[in-house]
Amino acid sequence: MNFDFSEEQKLLQQTARDYLNQHAPLSVCRRVLESGEPFAADLWKGAAEMGWLGAAIPEAFGGAGFGRLELVLIAEELGRALAPIPFGPSVALYSEALLQLGSESQKQARLPALAKGERIGTFAFAESAGRPAAARIQTRFEGGRVSGTKLAVPDGAAAHDALVVAREGSDLSLVLVDLAGPGVERQAVKSLDPSRPLARVSFSGAAGERLAEPCPDLSAVLALLRRAAVPIAFEQLGGAARAFELTREFALGRYAFGRPIASFQALKHRMADVFVALELARSNAYFAAWALEEDAPELAEAACSARVAAIQAFELATTEMIQMYGGVGFTWEYDCHLFYRRAKGLAALLGGLGDWREYLVRELERGAAA
Amino acid sequence: MDFKDTPEEAAFRAKARAFLDAHARRRSPGESRPLFDSEDPSVVAEAQRWQATKQANGWACLTWPVEYGGRGARPIEAVIWSQEESHYRLPPDLFGIGIGMLGPTLMAHGTDSQKQRYLTPMARGEEIWCQLFSEPAAGSDLAGLRTSALRSGEDWIVNGQKIWTSGAHYCRFGMIVTRNDAGVAKHAGLTYFIVDMQSPGIEIRPIKQVNGAAGFNEVFFSDVRIPDANRVGAVGDGWRVALTTLMNERASLSSGHYRPSVQPLLRMARGLELEGRPALESDDVRQRIADFHVRLRGVEHCANRTLTALSKGSTPGPEASIGKLVMAPLGQQLASFAVDLQGLAGGALDEDFDFQRAFLGSPAMRLAGGTDEILRNILAERVLRLPPEPRADKGMAFQDIPKGRS
Repeated sequence: MNFDFSEEQKLLQQTARDYLNQHAPLSVCRRVLESGEPFAADLWKGAAEMGWLGAAIPEAFGGAGFGRLELVLIAEELGRALAPIPFGPSVALYSEALLQLGSESQKQARLPALAKGERIGTFAFAESAGRPAAARIQTRFEGGRVSGTKLAVPDGAAAHDALVVAREGSDLSLVLVDLAGPGVERQAVKSLDPSRPLARVSFSGAAGERLAEPCPDLSAVLALLRRAAVPIAFEQLGGAARAFELTREFALGRYAFGRPIASFQALKHRMADVFVALELARSNAYFAAWALEEDAPELAEAACSARVAAIQAFELATTEMIQMYGGVGFTWEYDCHLFYRRAKGLAALLGGLGDWREYLVRELERGAAA
Repeated sequence: MDFKDTPEEAAFRAKARAFLDAHARRRSPGESRPLFDSEDPSVVAEAQRWQATKQANGWACLTWPVEYGGRGARPIEAVIWSQEESHYRLPPDLFGIGIGMLGPTLMAHGTDSQKQRYLTPMARGEEIWCQLFSEPAAGSDLAGLRTSALRSGEDWIVNGQKIWTSGAHYCRFGMIVTRNDAGVAKHAGLTYFIVDMQSPGIEIRPIKQVNGAAGFNEVFFSDVRIPDANRVGAVGDGWRVALTTLMNERASLSSGHYRPSVQPLLRMARGLELEGRPALESDDVRQRIADFHVRLRGVEHCANRTLTALSKGSTPGPEASIGKLVMAPLGQQLASFAVDLQGLAGGALDEDFDFQRAFLGSPAMRLAGGTDEILRNILAERVLRLPPEPRADKGMAFQDIPKGRS
């Protein structure tokens, strides 16, 4: 039994934490949130130089050639820092899709620039609110051209390329589209978490290139989302852990009725509950990381469980954060809302709690690993 | 990252399996453990025979030193053994309190002659032991116990009442914490003894539980004489000795390898009808099942992180302490939800799934070995290092502490 990361992997994580402590204090997240910058370009460049963007990309395609276990630990650290960069969309979704479903030449052509951070990719899926359904995908891919409108595309304004879920005949396809090309219109939309912007992207006959491997139906799309859900669960876990550390520190320093508020059992017990939620999320996330790295049959169940637990832990940690900070927790000036927004934003990124509980039960019905 | 045994662990597992195959029958898939009737002396005798067989072959109290009848094994090997043992049809284990908690306490605090006299018969199962700690007025606040011990020559005279004592009626010895001095602070006036359960003045009454079973007893002490030679630790140092016992209790409660699943609930929901279709098609039911599953798996993966630490020979981290706090309320919620799903039929004991029985038994898990509330205090104070609870009885002599109803 060795259900833990190796010493080398932990060292890599510590290096990432040190780098981010120096280069990404919470003021960087706030800067992006307040300024309308699409993302922290300096931090993105740093992340590329550190090899993080290509952590899971083989060296032959310009990456660092580590594995998924290294990738998830980097994601955890970016989550702790509330890093305002397109890591999830570009690395966990777009690059991962190319690695999984791209042809050799598609990988050759695109992965090196993604690893260097020179190009940013994203994922354009949702066309309406609610749980994804194949019938509601109206965007079409015909004769090499994409037409349709996608809502809430993460980093949709800043990204160079998008992977678009489109209808092709009676099937679905995943189509690569250059967002700077003709036939693409992008309109920034207000984001629940402005440190991670969204855009509405309309395609009218934009040139597209199908990913080599077929992705004919919704379940194939969901398989891709599940792979992305694993590093994103670590990002959520990192954010939740940091929120909880700050909450604990605040409650120890804040006095009421002559005592630190952290000494009141009403708060102590709830902090114990947050701790439990974090440990459940961490343990589920570790198992999903193992399943992702090994491509184990348990991956589908593990990724769904990890995502559900991570959404729950981050939401609990951040709602309790504001509650325990009290009135100041609701001010713009304090950082609580940065965590609160990020928790819900990351929950929405791949579809929320209800969706993922449903995906999980579908796996359990198959009897997988239950 | 992997879930494999090391070569040494794999070899150990193979040895354990070979012994079990030679001496016991493997349970068939789905075969549950037989219900244990502790009133039946033949069951106790059978359990003792199995314990003796294990001990004679080096498979009892694995982590104990060889000189006391153990194997001197590493903690991870004890876990591997219990994983393997759980696959076989075996008599009930009546020795856990002795071997897991009281034996280690004796090793830490007992005299040489106490260790010589008691440990090996405990390991062999010849003498079964019980724990006499809780009292009607001292549960979570154990140090508030009132059973008195007064010195009389070479003996101590004990009077009072203990409660929640598992197996008192078939136990040969017990470990008891008593108050020898009510004039000092509550933690300072306690003394710990070994008590012969056949002593005159001991009366044992079974407690009928919510679920109708009677696994626990009340034990009454009326002028029971305990020789001073049976004292464990110094006079007035009983709290420190008791803490050793309690630490070992938590360790043995959290090292379980119990792996529950939502599959029985899922199967039931597939077979039940709700609004004219299987309950399993209801979104509400699916959402609840998913939630249960995620928590169950979380605890299971947590346990594997703990095993990893044991396998490496290091001390498990704080994740080791969440298992019971998650599982106990979860068991209750899952059983309650399942009974609800059965609708009007939910009031009847169900043959196939037995959720009603689980529902009735589930409150116990949230109380035994540290209530949910005490466990949250422990997490908050020892793991998160938050300030301790203010103590209204701090610095007071025990006799001056307000007592309330018992």
